[in-house]
Amino acid sequence: MSQNTLSPIATNGGDLWAKFGETWKSQIEALKQQFGERIEEVKLPSEYPTDVPIVYVKKEAIIDALGFARSTLEYGFLSDLTATDEESEPRFELVYNLFSHTKFTRIRFKTRVRENEECPTLVNLWPGANWQEREVFDMFGVRFTGHPDLRRILMDERWVGHPLRKDYPLRGYQVFTEAQHIHTELLE
Amino acid sequence: MSKDGSIGYLTTRLEDFVNWGRKNAMWPLPFGTSCCGIEMMATMCSDYDIARFGAEAMRFSPRQADLLIVAGIINLKMAPILKSVYDQMGDPKFVLSMGACASSGGIFNVYSVLQGIDTMIPVDVYVPGCPPSPEGVLHGLIRLQGMVARGETNSQKRERAQNEARRQMKGV
Repeated sequence: MSQNTLSPIATNGGDLWAKFGETWKSQIEALKQQFGERIEEVKLPSEYPTDVPIVYVKKEAIIDALGFARSTLEYGFLSDLTATDEESEPRFELVYNLFSHTKFTRIRFKTRVRENEECPTLVNLWPGANWQEREVFDMFGVRFTGHPDLRRILMDERWVGHPLRKDYPLRGYQVFTEAQHIHTELLE
Repeated sequence: MSKDGSIGYLTTRLEDFVNWGRKNAMWPLPFGTSCCGIEMMATMCSDYDIARFGAEAMRFSPRQADLLIVAGIINLKMAPILKSVYDQMGDPKFVLSMGACASSGGIFNVYSVLQGIDTMIPVDVYVPGCPPSPEGVLHGLIRLQGMVARGETNSQKRERAQNEARRQMKGV
């Protein structure tokens, strides 16, 4: 499986890099000029097995960086917001996948969050981030400051724990015989 | 019975006669949650035609159905809903667990999936397969019909036990 080797040429990123490399380089240059030290790390497809560039931003600057990407770099579409449990310190990585409808490029922003640490919400920039942040909270237990309605979205509201954390048991069933409480005030 | 109609009746036990009616006119509630549901639809359609066994009247209201076909994966969040659907069905009620997921959780031995609906509600017939073929579902239905005729389903056993307890309380 050539996809899994560490050679950047073997990944799908090789083709994309030939096509969009210059665009990405100029965009990352603009990000570095704007944010300087607050950009922690940049992983390019030419040197790391990834399909699109990964920009690690400090947690305090992530909303500003995403806003800059949206307004100046024309990444108008938040195609995904998710997280990973790295089992290291800091524990979680939040992943923001963006797509540009004008330049047809994608870019990935990441920020590292410690356990029991809150991250600012993205709802004010992309309202669609509302449910995705709820999913991240449900699955990983990462809380978002300023989120309008941070409840569980997939699991039962009586559920204890966050199932996609690495230390959650694979077969940690919690069976409920009664259906969960319906929030009638939300039905309005 | 002769052709001139001189003996126009059969002798039978009332319970057997009622069970004969039950087994030949089952009204299924199709609880299809995944790919097994598609196979169940194929079973209903003309190629396999579940109507040949008198079970073509699909009812999406539990009050009108007596056969619960659980076709597909039951998540833990769905489990209480399945239970309330089963509870709302009138007695006697029969449950056909269709496919690996409904019977045992199947390949989904993870935190979010109920490990077999028999942990939640009593099941009469398990149909194996992933998904089972329509022939398998029909075979399960025929087996269930035999069980109903003999009074072996969970619901009928429960009813007999209740009647027995009532008789003993009355001292008959």
